[in-house]
Amino acid sequence: MSQIERHTYDVVVIGAGGAGLRAAIEARAQGKRVAIISKSLFGKAHTVMAEGGIAAAMGNVNSNDNWQVHFRDTMRGGKFLNNYRMAELHAKEAPQRVWELETYGALFDRTKDGKISQRNFGGHEYPRLAHVGDRTGLELIRTLQQKIVSLQQDDYAASGDFESHIKVFAELAITDLLLDESSSQPRVAGCFGYYRETGDFVVFEAPAVVLATGGIGKSFKVTSNSWEYTGDGHALAIRAGSTLVNMEFVQFHPTGMVWPPSVKGILVTESVRGDGGVLRNSEGRRFMFDYIPDVFKKQYATTEEEADRWYTDPDNNKRPPELLPRDEVARAINSEVKAGRGSPHGGVFLDVSSRLTPEQIKSKLPSMYHQFKELAGVDITAEPMEVGPTCHYVMGGVEVDADSQGAVGVVGLFAAGEVGGGLHGSNRLGGNSLSDLLVFGRRAGAAAAEYVAALPSAPKVSDASVDRAARHALAPFEAAGGENPYTIHAELQQTMNDLVGIIRNGNELAAALERLEQFKQRVARVSVTGGRAFNPGWHLALDLQNLLLVSECLARSALMREESRGGHTRDDFPAMSPQWRQVSLICRMADGRIDVTKQSTPTIPNELLSLFDVSELQKYFTEAELTGVAGGSQA
Amino acid sequence: MSYMAKFRIWRGDDTDGGLVDFDVEVNEGEVVLDIIHRLQATAAPDLAVRWNCKAGKCGSCSAEVNGKPRLMCMTRMSTFAEDEVVSVTPLRTFPVIKDLVTDVSFNYEKAREVPAFAPPVGVEPGDYRMEQVDVQRSQEFRKCIECFLCQNTCHAIRDHEENKQSFAGPRFFIRLAELDMHPLDAKDRRREAQDEHGLGLCNITKCCTEVCPEHIKITDNAIIPMKERVVDVKFDPIKKLLKLTKPGD
Repeated sequence: MSQIERHTYDVVVIGAGGAGLRAAIEARAQGKRVAIISKSLFGKAHTVMAEGGIAAAMGNVNSNDNWQVHFRDTMRGGKFLNNYRMAELHAKEAPQRVWELETYGALFDRTKDGKISQRNFGGHEYPRLAHVGDRTGLELIRTLQQKIVSLQQDDYAASGDFESHIKVFAELAITDLLLDESSSQPRVAGCFGYYRETGDFVVFEAPAVVLATGGIGKSFKVTSNSWEYTGDGHALAIRAGSTLVNMEFVQFHPTGMVWPPSVKGILVTESVRGDGGVLRNSEGRRFMFDYIPDVFKKQYATTEEEADRWYTDPDNNKRPPELLPRDEVARAINSEVKAGRGSPHGGVFLDVSSRLTPEQIKSKLPSMYHQFKELAGVDITAEPMEVGPTCHYVMGGVEVDADSQGAVGVVGLFAAGEVGGGLHGSNRLGGNSLSDLLVFGRRAGAAAAEYVAALPSAPKVSDASVDRAARHALAPFEAAGGENPYTIHAELQQTMNDLVGIIRNGNELAAALERLEQFKQRVARVSVTGGRAFNPGWHLALDLQNLLLVSECLARSALMREESRGGHTRDDFPAMSPQWRQVSLICRMADGRIDVTKQSTPTIPNELLSLFDVSELQKYFTEAELTGVAGGSQA
Repeated sequence: MSYMAKFRIWRGDDTDGGLVDFDVEVNEGEVVLDIIHRLQATAAPDLAVRWNCKAGKCGSCSAEVNGKPRLMCMTRMSTFAEDEVVSVTPLRTFPVIKDLVTDVSFNYEKAREVPAFAPPVGVEPGDYRMEQVDVQRSQEFRKCIECFLCQNTCHAIRDHEENKQSFAGPRFFIRLAELDMHPLDAKDRRREAQDEHGLGLCNITKCCTEVCPEHIKITDNAIIPMKERVVDVKFDPIKKLLKLTKPGD
């Protein structure tokens, strides 16, 4: 295997979206040599799909906003299952991370006094999302991409080599983490992958690896996610000995396109509702008023009149229920369609045409206007859109230390962004993803750099581990006469959609697990045709292993959690249970099998709990947990 | 609703290749990228194509459809007659890697040659103040999804390989314009636009504007204003007059 290309870096960042790039910038700032590995071309990562904005309590539009309010909203949105420390760090640091983007050249929309404008979004008490029309993700990825280039220009000026400190390896997929075999506990020594273009292998020797690989949406048939979202980081981590936390929580975004079939699942930004759009059923009713859950009764308007007044007078009126957290809206749409009150193509109507002028719509929601015009032949300035739930985000992920993003179980491994678990609890608020990428991308990059700096000597990559990785990657070429990976992928997606989707029950989850066993056998025998150069069939055959692994984690955790909370709804256990709030479900791999175990959630300190009204906490916590909290019962 | 379409797709690599015919099913509402994916799942599992978002936001699936530079994800099949042969070929301006995938590294090299945003000295993060009307001009150019269709179609390099060295192309002219029009960018980029990036080679035929899937007015709003600004700095008649009156300068 001596002919394999080898590189040595201090830090390897797997993933070139918002979290990966921010991590790389930070590690570079601390003087480390960094490789950025991108499955696609540089600048094409899934971050580009984010539309609505970046949540940060800057208080530019409503000066009542601050980190405490943002923290509160995030915990409420996640139904208090969030890693409280991550939610705290996130709320505190997000404004700095957004302001920093302006120093890299980002151009956000402005308020009248020239500050960064902020818009309303589901679950956020105040206008909080920094945005650029409805293409905020593009601004974020381009800004970070250009910052990387600017650092490379600095390096060129200093050394004559653009790539002396940061190199972007585009269209390269990592298939294995390589561990230090001399160490008694799992410890990162590097990683192994292939260039998509040529199929040639490459080994990275690096003491620290930051996973920033995004999510798992391609496990589902109807999804807003791109081909890249195959759970690579989740799978790399668990196979290396790390753990995944609360994988049952999957966000179905309430508004995806439903027609034509080829665009089913493509995202329709929540900004449509934030900017005044309303949801109606086939009878013309604004049905969200019928779905305000008890825990949110205090914060949401109960009449259309009050809801409409809120847009102009938010201090004296309650918010419209269209802006409930995403899990609530997605379930409501699902129920309306099931009750026969759906739109012609199986969604509901989302109307902004009767709420804003055509000019306002085109300036605030330009890409939605084009998306519907060009892909569906619908003019959203004149007619309603048809929308329905689409798999959008996984709240579960690699179990990490809140401050450093260090992965539990594997030394030298870090995870940031969607691949990391904890921040969002059981349901993520819109806008909290882009801020998550920046806050924890930076933290992961810094912690990786510190870890490397403190290391006496770099771990060694063994030849045996490289040989194993190479055999693993080539296996699909060995099996002759096996199945086509595309067929298996389509069936897996259908299974997950049908049996592990937005509404779940024990029987269906058990059936899903049986089918997943069959898929395992089939994936083991999958065979590919053609050569190694840019062969999508081969790439999918490898990605399928990851998809299958995360699908199993998801289904096993979903079967174990006998309650409904956020992005996990069981119709056989419809209630949210305070006892289950105290439980995180942890997936780990043992002898090639996935084990799921219960783990107690950490106790939230009183100073954070006291930010809430105790009557609200009583809806989520057991009485014993609230002992000693101001206003709680006294023991 | 479904019908069988005739597709003609370029297959091959940097050494050899040609058009291959396929008969393939088309369903209501589909776009060209759906058809390419159907071929991958059936007749041609190793057919190489780039794509990501399938919603016109990432700029990955650029190709030439019936000879026209297009995003495959935004080209609806309903724009073709059912009996029309649809050809899909790789971007012509860049070297082929395999099938519909080309080597677009030219663009990443050019990106490195444009000096980055220069933050204003003494303005702390959080203290940036800009008017919406002032950021709007640059925001138009930041809508760019880097599909490189403008680069592909620009005849200054499409038909003149020899210009690639000295010509950054429309994508980077809008980058220069974006920075030049940024209310807080601290650097003057006009001389460099002309001298380093070949702005003068553009003869404003607007081909780039026509193919831009983001409808950015590349020529009218970026290139022409940049050319005018360059004139201001490089061909100032008063300075020229002063130079003429100072012999030996």
